[in-house]
Amino acid sequence: MTEMVYGGASIMAGEPVLPRWWRTIDRWTLCCVLILFGIGLLLGLAASPPLAARNDLPAFYYVQRQIFFGSLALCAMVGVSMLRPETVRRVGVLGFIAVFLSVMLLPVLGTDFGKGATRWYSLGFASVQPSEFLKPFFVIITAWLMAASSEINAPPGKAISLSLLVVVVGFLVMQPDFGQSALVLLSWGVIYFVAGAPILLLGAVVGVVVLSGAVAYQASQHFARRIDGFLSADIDPRTQIGYATNAIQEGGFFGVGVGEGQVKWSLPDAHTDFIIAVAAEEYGLVLVLVIIALFAIIAVRSLIRLMAERDIFTRLAGTGLVVVFGAQAMINMGVAVRLLPAKGMTLPFVSYGGSSLIAGGILVGMLLALTRNRPQGRMGDILSQGRVGGGQVL
Amino acid sequence: MTRTPLRPLARILSARVKGENPDVIEVENLHQRHETMRDRARQGSEGRLVVLVGCFVVAFGLIGARMGLMAATEPMEPTSAAMGAQILAQRADIVDRNGRVLATNLVTSALYAQPHLMIDKPRAARSLAMIFPDLKEDWLLRQFSEGRKFVWLKRKLSPEQMQQVHDIGDPGLLFGPREMRLYPNGTLAAHVLGGAGFGREGVRSAEVIGTAGVEKYFDAFLRDPAQAGAPLELSIDLTVQAVAQEVLAGGMQMMNARAATAVLMDVASGEVISMISLPDFDPNTRPAPPTSGDPGDSPLFNRAVQGVYELGSIFKIFTMGQAIDIGLVTPKTVVNTQSPMVWGKYKIRDYKNYGRELSIEDVIVKSSNVGTARVALDIGAERQQAFLKELGLFEPTPVELVEARGARPIVPRKWPDLTTMTVSYGHGLSASPLHLAAAYSTMVNGGTKVAPTLLRQKGPVIGTRVISPETSAMVRGMMRQVVVRGTASFAEVVGYPVGGKTGTADKPDPRGGYFKDRVIATFASAFPIDAPRYVLVVTLDEPVNMLLSEPHRTAGWTAVPVAAEITRRVAPLLGLRPQLDLGPDNGLTLARN
Repeated sequence: MTEMVYGGASIMAGEPVLPRWWRTIDRWTLCCVLILFGIGLLLGLAASPPLAARNDLPAFYYVQRQIFFGSLALCAMVGVSMLRPETVRRVGVLGFIAVFLSVMLLPVLGTDFGKGATRWYSLGFASVQPSEFLKPFFVIITAWLMAASSEINAPPGKAISLSLLVVVVGFLVMQPDFGQSALVLLSWGVIYFVAGAPILLLGAVVGVVVLSGAVAYQASQHFARRIDGFLSADIDPRTQIGYATNAIQEGGFFGVGVGEGQVKWSLPDAHTDFIIAVAAEEYGLVLVLVIIALFAIIAVRSLIRLMAERDIFTRLAGTGLVVVFGAQAMINMGVAVRLLPAKGMTLPFVSYGGSSLIAGGILVGMLLALTRNRPQGRMGDILSQGRVGGGQVL
Repeated sequence: MTRTPLRPLARILSARVKGENPDVIEVENLHQRHETMRDRARQGSEGRLVVLVGCFVVAFGLIGARMGLMAATEPMEPTSAAMGAQILAQRADIVDRNGRVLATNLVTSALYAQPHLMIDKPRAARSLAMIFPDLKEDWLLRQFSEGRKFVWLKRKLSPEQMQQVHDIGDPGLLFGPREMRLYPNGTLAAHVLGGAGFGREGVRSAEVIGTAGVEKYFDAFLRDPAQAGAPLELSIDLTVQAVAQEVLAGGMQMMNARAATAVLMDVASGEVISMISLPDFDPNTRPAPPTSGDPGDSPLFNRAVQGVYELGSIFKIFTMGQAIDIGLVTPKTVVNTQSPMVWGKYKIRDYKNYGRELSIEDVIVKSSNVGTARVALDIGAERQQAFLKELGLFEPTPVELVEARGARPIVPRKWPDLTTMTVSYGHGLSASPLHLAAAYSTMVNGGTKVAPTLLRQKGPVIGTRVISPETSAMVRGMMRQVVVRGTASFAEVVGYPVGGKTGTADKPDPRGGYFKDRVIATFASAFPIDAPRYVLVVTLDEPVNMLLSEPHRTAGWTAVPVAAEITRRVAPLLGLRPQLDLGPDNGLTLARN
């Protein structure tokens, strides 16, 4: 724009980026995520030295990696949270295409690390699990399709997203990764639910999911064994669940003390899938409740903020992201307390794992971007319009 | 609800009149309609989002509650690993037929060290070396200082040794309770019992497992807790075993034999009353199996069961018994005994020429190879094989010893007429003394098959019929004549009529052929011969009787006197009444009550 007044001080139009970010961001959620990451580091200090010792690495090797990836994740989170919803949508859709391609190539280029499921790309210094990145991007594209379908003379977005869901779940089941596919199914279902699905249809979808679960139980030994282990009444103390249960019981209310826990020596996945057992054993129920409360605060606060959201895409995408984030935490902890069958699912921000951390950072960054305070056409918004800076069209 | 049309005609027309673009009106109305739709959708979603919030709160609450519940329960001891590894240390006793203990358990202690708990390692090593001469001080010290956390030092301790180790006073020297197997009778019935050793060893107990003999054969039975400690009852009679072993050991020494074995069997039930193999060993300190030399020379070798030998003329009884049973001959039938008998390029000789012909009974009494061979030719190879097989001479004995399974008789693969003839007088077919005892029992007990057993039986065990009772009686008569006027004249025992048959077999030379001056001398006898109760087989390995002017090796001079002495001393112990014909004027008055 041409300077209209000669020699006049240059004044930025509108509010500077950082203060506006700080003012509009959900600071509670941000705080909770940072605390969760801190707890993750604290538990990593306890849970990962046995693994490092098994692999002949320095004791805090995995903690250092956790700090490195965590910093990357936090940077990604802050960066993504500054984006506008439209940008989030574009990045999400493009990201989905890229990640989905890499998921499709997994059977060819991926590795299973001897764990019975091909889920990883080995990059030498680290490995990437593309399905972790798939979840947030899938939520974005689903929300976009559904939001678009609500326009007048709109394309059939819901049908398209349903077919996309089938394809994505199909590829995840092929790996096989039933935990992630359950999560994808759940997030799609919730987005559809919030987008105004007929209740009858939702019931039918639930029925289909149960049926396909039964089919998977019959067809896949990997799946059947875990379900059987869950359904059997008594716990075999030599299974992971058995150790986790014992650890939670040993911990009691205040834990056995920092560094005194035993479960990390016997559980191979103590630093990832069963990190909550380590927390329960060393710090007791207190820390476990704190962790649960942090996840609950993030989920509930985000949902409440989304209730006031006028824009359909923002609301649907935000809801889907909350569901992916919250449900992953619930599944992880639900497995440890035997409410759910055993599944390889990390606890976001707490468990060790580069892919999980960075994907979590992107996910929460998107969520923060979508839950920022925006004028929603309410009376208060209109009255404070001047303070916000009328030049901005949101 | 009223809907504004996207292109209201009134506004369009007025806009056209004013020259404005009517499309703007459509866009504006479209925007308005979107706004309303959005607000309606938001209101609808709000309710659904509240439901979602409720779901999240309930789910997280459920997980928290479950965590709290689990944290409040007491942890259980992890049990599964420890329970499976529990060691059952109880092992049942073994007793003889009269309930006398042959094997039992004794509580003892094992000694182990935990070097990281030790205070003065050099002193402990020095003191231990003084208590146990077999432990070397420098070895102990090395064990203690190698950084190990656990060292076994001694498997069994005597109470005195335990007290001495206590007196060292080192907290790193610890005791583990043990049960050890004890054989209070020492070498008696050593080969029958076998021995036991430690299996899995833990600090708190160790498993005692059988290593040989009945201990191994009945290992599962002896360790079965369901038996509630009921002892294993053997058919062995400890007293008879002791007497027979003493006599046999003396006889072996007197006859300069390398080894000796004796089997005493109940003819009705097949129970082995006594089984001796010399040289023997003490099962309490069972020696390790030899790593070099012939395992047959080891004291561990049970000659009565494992030793398969060509037993010689003993077999003539089987040939003649079969010939009588199938009606070929009677004891009075006369056969050609011209020696040597020529068969192709082979010649069959007798010990000395017994003349042109002998009766069947005399063939047995004088032990003529030629006469037996001629009768065997008449029987034929097939019938001979079938009969020997029926007597159990082709298969390992079914006796309850692990060693018995491997002791398969050596049977000729081809069976031409020459083999028929040699086998008829006990050459070319090797069997164990136990085989022989069982076969003789069958021949003399009335003709029913006897299977040897080491377990106490409740009464006679009647097997399948092999020969008729009449044949059995004729066989007994011939056996008696062998003692009365034949090769086994030294077998006569006052009061107990004995019948039997001798056998002297040249030992096969491992380099081929037979030794000239090394024999296996065997005497198989039954007593009392008129109604036999027991069969006794005595076998001496390389005996030489030097008591007379010239050395005698034949069974009549070696095995027979030893067997007679065993019979003389054992028969009263077995409860047999002597049959004394003292005549009317013997100066004794029969006491009756």
